[in-house]
Amino acid sequence: MAKVVAVTGNEACANALRQVNPDVCGVYPITPQTDMMQKYASYVSNGKVDTEIILVESEHSSMSACIGAAAAGGRVVTATSSQGLALMWEMLHIASGDRLPIIMPVVNRALSAPLNIHGDHSDAMGARDTGWVQLWSENAQDAYDNTIQAFRIGEHMDIRLPVMVCLDGFIISHSIERMEYLEDEEVKGFVGEYKNFLPLLDLDKPKSYGPLILPDLFHEYKKAQHEVMLKVKDVVLKVAADFEKLSGRKYGLFESYRLDDADIALVILNSAAGTTTDIVDGFRARGIKAGLLKPRLFRPFPYDEVAEALGKVKAVCVMDRSDSFGGYGPVFMEISSALYPLQERPVLINRIYGLGGRDYLPEHGEAVLNELDEIAKGGKVEKYKEYIGVRE
Amino acid sequence: MAETIEIRWHGRGGQGTVTAAKVLADTCLSGGRHVQAFPEYGPERAGAPLKAYNRISTHELRMHCPVLVPDVVSIVDATLLDSINITEGAKDDTIFIVNTSKSPEEIREKLKAGPGQKCYTLDATTISIESFGRAMPNSPMLGAVCKVTGLVGLEHLLEDVKSSFSKKFSQKIIDGNIEATKRGYEEVKEG
Repeated sequence: MAKVVAVTGNEACANALRQVNPDVCGVYPITPQTDMMQKYASYVSNGKVDTEIILVESEHSSMSACIGAAAAGGRVVTATSSQGLALMWEMLHIASGDRLPIIMPVVNRALSAPLNIHGDHSDAMGARDTGWVQLWSENAQDAYDNTIQAFRIGEHMDIRLPVMVCLDGFIISHSIERMEYLEDEEVKGFVGEYKNFLPLLDLDKPKSYGPLILPDLFHEYKKAQHEVMLKVKDVVLKVAADFEKLSGRKYGLFESYRLDDADIALVILNSAAGTTTDIVDGFRARGIKAGLLKPRLFRPFPYDEVAEALGKVKAVCVMDRSDSFGGYGPVFMEISSALYPLQERPVLINRIYGLGGRDYLPEHGEAVLNELDEIAKGGKVEKYKEYIGVRE
Repeated sequence: MAETIEIRWHGRGGQGTVTAAKVLADTCLSGGRHVQAFPEYGPERAGAPLKAYNRISTHELRMHCPVLVPDVVSIVDATLLDSINITEGAKDDTIFIVNTSKSPEEIREKLKAGPGQKCYTLDATTISIESFGRAMPNSPMLGAVCKVTGLVGLEHLLEDVKSSFSKKFSQKIIDGNIEATKRGYEEVKEG
């Protein structure tokens, strides 16, 4: 029986972790993630879980501790944001290169400088190429459901990769929303017992992690890492199908909202996608065929499926809440790559919004859809990349 | 109730405004409603102006941005009437609820409220001082918002205040807040 609650995104993730009851958790505070780990630490102190928490002196150490614990044979979690994720950077590659299924909620926040504690996607987009699986979440329910599914995905015997679950700082992490919790037993049954793969603590079979590999085999090792990433998509869909049986909530590689017959569409991640569904409804009510694609699995990126979903749309704007300065936004680059092989493809533009927690308001999405409507009717593209919601 | 009610709270840091929005969200969960409660995060300091928001709806809420066109504006600190534009984005029928010892008529005049807009007042600060000895006007304001909007009945609200406050406070403070919530519910006046 589902339990209906009104909780923050951080509480929802902490509760998902409690229900899974992992062996080890690396803990270091950083806004806006802090109260997720604070909550988890209280579960430990109150005996609600038997996780060993490791209080470390930095996120670099936190990820290092997680890598050690996961290689030893434990089910391991941590959580971070912004500078914390940035400080983990070199260890993120080691977690994925060693194929350790560490699960990590990332509460998205801008990167310094200038210092800013609010939500944008610069942190996780900066970790795009670290070899981690990335799931993105619109709201507290998504973040909770993705966290639970992440264990099944990362720990799958064909995968064995670390997974980050991204949710928007403050907008979701600190907002209270109605959502549904599964029962503890249901979650426990869903994620199952942790299956070990080459644990260091199996002392009868000594092994070594992270050895030196010279040019004779390194190239092959990295190709293998890419190939295992290609298997993730099917596992994500299989896990989502099982999760739907349990919860009634449907997840895919991305959400298509009123996209089937759309002439114009936005591609947008996380909380802003929710706001955009209401904007799309407004355009539909006026007879304009607008739609939305909300990516969920960003790494590996489902190029073929996205091309299929967006191929017939006339004009698409990819909205990025982070930037690659001097280049296009990271989501734009993926959508562009997905659509290029098509013979006929939409006109594609890129708009950067919401950096450092700047509000994404309905008027912003409306202005972009109006621009797309003009383009779809044969209008000229004034600028392929532009910042929106900028103060004059 | 209308399909969706959007509420904007104005208060100052340390008055429990964010807590009021959170308890309101919790108590409105009943009847299968969808709820949101979220503050506007800035540098948090006691006494600094802050805003918090609620959305309460019969359908799923996917909008994740501040309330721009409020159905209800709840002003927890009347000194804000002179320093910020609390009527921003108000509609022809927006409801204003103000913590003040002044009459609803005086507030109506001050806000230059339109004929369709309703103004309510209560002396939430005095109620809180009398109920539990502290100027913490959030619980009477919560009572007033529930009364004026009809979102939840008094009995149900008091149950929720009790369970919310019992996580953090002593029995004396819980009882005081229940009394204050009840008085806010009963003493709010329309002008």
